Amino acid sequence: MATKMAITLHVNGTEHEVRVEPRRTLSDALRTDCGLTGTNVGCEHGVCGACTVLMDGVPVRSCLIFAVQAQGHELRTVEGLASDGALHPLQQAFIDNHALQCGFCTSGFLMLSAGTLEQQPDIDDEALREVLSSNLCRCTGYQNILRAVRQVRDAGKEAAR
Amino acid sequence: MKAGSFEWHPARSADEAVALLAEYAPQDGRVIAGGQSLVPSMALRLAFPAHLIDINGVEEFSRVRVEAGELVVGACVRHAAFHQPVEPGPLGRLLSRVVHDIAHWPIRQRGTFCGSLANADPASEWCLVAATLGARMVARSVRGTRVIEAADWFHGIMTTALADDELLAEVRIPLLPTGSRAGFYEFSRRAGDYALAMALVAWRDDGGRMREGRIGTGSIEVQPRRIATAEALLDGRPASAEAFAEAAAAVSAAVDPLEDFHTSAGYRRDLIGTAVRRAFEQAGD
Ligand SMILES: Cc1cc2nc3c(=O)[nH]c(=O)nc-3n(C[C@H](O)[C@H](O)[C@H](O)COP(=O)(O)OP(=O)(O)OC[C@H]3O[C@@H](n4cnc5c(N)ncnc54)[C@H](O)[C@@H]3O)c2cc1C
Ligand code: FES
Ligand code: FES
Repeated sequence: MATKMAITLHVNGTEHEVRVEPRRTLSDALRTDCGLTGTNVGCEHGVCGACTVLMDGVPVRSCLIFAVQAQGHELRTVEGLASDGALHPLQQAFIDNHALQCGFCTSGFLMLSAGTLEQQPDIDDEALREVLSSNLCRCTGYQNILRAVRQVRDAGKEAAR
Repeated sequence: MKAGSFEWHPARSADEAVALLAEYAPQDGRVIAGGQSLVPSMALRLAFPAHLIDINGVEEFSRVRVEAGELVVGACVRHAAFHQPVEPGPLGRLLSRVVHDIAHWPIRQRGTFCGSLANADPASEWCLVAATLGARMVARSVRGTRVIEAADWFHGIMTTALADDELLAEVRIPLLPTGSRAGFYEFSRRAGDYALAMALVAWRDDGGRMREGRIGTGSIEVQPRRIATAEALLDGRPASAEAFAEAAAAVSAAVDPLEDFHTSAGYRRDLIGTAVRRAFEQAGD
């Protein structure tokens, strides 16, 4: 067995000192070593997107990155979306548009959408559909998720005007 | 599932990466680039590397540049770099269309162009690009550097000319001349899935006539390749529906399709003809 390595993960503005084997995925390190269980793990091989987190602002599959590789990068998970008890606009829009049922895929979709809207605040519908096709949801169908993200995008554009 | 144990060796320079590879390749060590193919296969326990040489921290590998008529793509250039044209000519525009069919947005933020070439999946879009446009692969090891032509690179499913201690340092793709037209089409069952058939076509427009035609197929045989019998039908012909249909038929006749549980060879043969025709129809400059 490979020896454990002491690493520091920067998650939602907090430093987590953890000891992990190199084979520990970022998703498992977040859940098990950092206690941040909002990030879900579905397929563990890159297909479902439930584990999506932001690394330096960019959505990535955290099951396809080893925790040791995430050192020195800024990580954000679903726990970092709400601030001072107020939900992030995307979280509120998901509730308002019935964009979740069981919720298993939700943290992944939220992080995918958050990263996308931060990078491309005026992303068009076609490009948004392409991005949202990255993740799987087995419950609600995708239209409500699309509707929720569009609503936040449009509100952001309105506010920027 | 979880990956098996390995030791992790982050490299900070190209020299360090090849030195680490020389040391650990004989002990079942290999490179990890984007990890978007390797980590899934480790999680599925299809791969059990004992050592991973991580090239994500090698600054010089993240560059893409134009040099002497070639687009030079470094070992750690991500798929996402191609969402915008990486050069202002027809090649840059072609690659920015092709990239959208590779996996999904988050996977493209991490996966690399050279990783796709090293992985040599028969359904890789970048492998099709390399095979059709005649890319050259630059392999580095402590023993030296050698250049491998696309025609010699692919050795069947997920197998290449690269030796265990060699790192694919860069891929060089010839720029398409001005006046080129190029088109790409793939068919897959769901957005982001690996394709069942894909085609890439390119030619130089010579006053309405096609010259230097290239037709490449992917996802249909064990490796991507150009179909010479179909290309020969193009020379000097006007770019017309008739010429496209003839070339498509020649491709269908020439391939030896892979089969699987869901798709018969006959279906795949038909599908690749359609893919070729649509690649022609959608060709742009
Ligand atoms: C859900 C899903 C869908 C996907 N769909 C597609 C698709 O439609 N089309 C497609 O083309 N790909 C697809 N991929 C794969 C993805 O594009 C990978 O990024 C790519 O195949 C490999 O690049 P990588 O940088 O991630 O390589 P890695 O996973 O890091 O490595 C892959 C292999 O190549 C070797 N390697 C990597 N770089 C080098 C190098 N520079 N020198 C020597 N050896 C090297 C590694 O040792 C390993 O054996 C998909 C992946 C997932 C998870
Ligand atoms: S758990 Fe990471 S993509 Fe499914
Ligand atoms: S809400 Fe259940 S999987 Fe998406």
